[in-house]
Amino acid sequence: MAEPTSTTDIWVSGTEAPEVSEWMVAGTDEGAQEMERHETTERSVEQRGSRVVDDWVVDDTIDDDERMIVNMGPQHPSTHGVLRLNIELEGEIVRRVKPIIGYLHTGMEKTAETLTFLQGGTNVTRMDYLAPLHNELCYSLAVERLLGVEIPPRAQAIRILMTELNRVSSHLVATATNGMDIGALSMMMYGFRERELILEFFEKTTGLRMNHNYIRPGGLAADLPDGWEEDVAEILVRIPRAIQDYEDLLKENPIWMGRTQGIGIITADECLAYGVTGPTLRAAGVPWDLRKAQPYSGIEAYDFEVVTGSRGDVYDRYRVRIGEIHQSLRIVEQVADAMPRGDYKTGDRKVSPPPRQRIDESMEALIHHFKIYTEGFKVPAGETYAAIEAPRGELGCYLVSDGSGAPLRMHTRAPSFSNLQALPIMMADSLVADTVACIASLDPVMGDVDR
Amino acid sequence: MARLTAPPQFLTTTLGKAMRWSQQQSMWPATFGLACCAIEMMATGTAHNDLARFGMEVFRASPRQADLMVVAGRVSQKMAPVLRQVYDQMADPKWVISMGACASTGGMFNNYALVQGVDQIVPVDVYVPGCPPGPQSLMHGILTLQDKVMSGELAR
Repeated sequence: MAEPTSTTDIWVSGTEAPEVSEWMVAGTDEGAQEMERHETTERSVEQRGSRVVDDWVVDDTIDDDERMIVNMGPQHPSTHGVLRLNIELEGEIVRRVKPIIGYLHTGMEKTAETLTFLQGGTNVTRMDYLAPLHNELCYSLAVERLLGVEIPPRAQAIRILMTELNRVSSHLVATATNGMDIGALSMMMYGFRERELILEFFEKTTGLRMNHNYIRPGGLAADLPDGWEEDVAEILVRIPRAIQDYEDLLKENPIWMGRTQGIGIITADECLAYGVTGPTLRAAGVPWDLRKAQPYSGIEAYDFEVVTGSRGDVYDRYRVRIGEIHQSLRIVEQVADAMPRGDYKTGDRKVSPPPRQRIDESMEALIHHFKIYTEGFKVPAGETYAAIEAPRGELGCYLVSDGSGAPLRMHTRAPSFSNLQALPIMMADSLVADTVACIASLDPVMGDVDR
Repeated sequence: MARLTAPPQFLTTTLGKAMRWSQQQSMWPATFGLACCAIEMMATGTAHNDLARFGMEVFRASPRQADLMVVAGRVSQKMAPVLRQVYDQMADPKWVISMGACASTGGMFNNYALVQGVDQIVPVDVYVPGCPPGPQSLMHGILTLQDKVMSGELAR
């Protein structure tokens, strides 16, 4: 083992004695990514993204003088959070893109191991914060699969109602930000205006606008509020009318059409090779939707279509999202019409706490209630994977239990993460101005990517 | 005999008060959206809640043009140096609102990845509680900051 060469003791075990370069002594350089001094120079420049590592074939015939590396993000209004891109430009043409992630790494998968199964919902709901209910549903399905409990029909129907409304609100934000990034600022205003309508219903039902912790292992936190039928009916009237407004606004707009059609094309083969799912995959023409392929929570009982595109460009992804809003509202209408009566959580007393009036009557019920909320219910040892169709694609939850009250390991298959790795393919040899259009059409949520 | 027909074309004030008033009424926020709170910050700025009523709607992409940094969301260890640099790039006078539980204290994520409170990196003027704070909470935080600037407590 090489001895540390300087008094600052900068070395990593198993490597050569590192060079202490200027920037390490000075502390920071462009981007100022490094606070610590314990990394080797080689590794740090790659991690900081100052050097783009060649991971696919480069055309060496181009003179290096023509190339310019532009850093975009992590603090940038059009990167949808804290995504950072290293873009290698040749004039106006993007030759290579390297997404750099981790700026929102929250350690949620580790945090999940310290929370009981019942508390876990508060954690997962903050992953993809535009689709919190989908995260909760996915996690709950995984826990319930290990537990082997039956969910009452009413709880399942409410789950579908809430997640499909959540899909609408998520796609509204995606469309709104897509419009804003391309320059259609009024789209931003309209999209968020209609989103408020759904969020008000969520607030009435769950108590919060986002991060609800409403869908829990074993059922739901609460039943739907009184008068929910009128609220849903208003949503079903106002959203389609608003969508028509968006269509008029955007389809008649030559700038919007010019900046989305034929831009950021990704083929079906490329999507499948990179594990891309969701509207991006469907816009490329593959009718893959987990609601049809692996139905969950009784969604197979409802009538809806899988919306697909053909060209796989930004415009098709926008069309698919608009189509999915209509399909989700179709599902919501059917759920609302045929809402079953019954309990909103499972009657299994090992999972679901006893009702309030039983606690006043029975000491055992009180003890049981206390134990469920302190230790949590025990989940049989085993591992499982549950997947649902989130607004961005396949959202999966891999869960390992060792028989205790908290998961041994929880891993999330995040759709944004898988979709983001297709960004370099999508943007190869495109114009630099189309960068934001491509990012926005992928609709990555960095909380989902980094977790 | 000259008569005063027009209303008087001047007003008197102190220089400090005029300065505080101008600081309060044109506080431009920098976009520093990080996580869930950023969505609520966007919701605050758009049509339904309309932050423009308080002269705050001009979200600037460049920190050089901004007076206020709304730290909206959880700050990871990797993001911390970036946040500090953006703060340093902002021109004086500048203020910071810590939006949400994560930015204020680390929230529910007491682990290796998150900075446990953004006040460890930058000086915070107003903390907005909530997870995430709704648009009304953020507006209350902004109005609190404006009041404090006008009262001189936070005038720079």
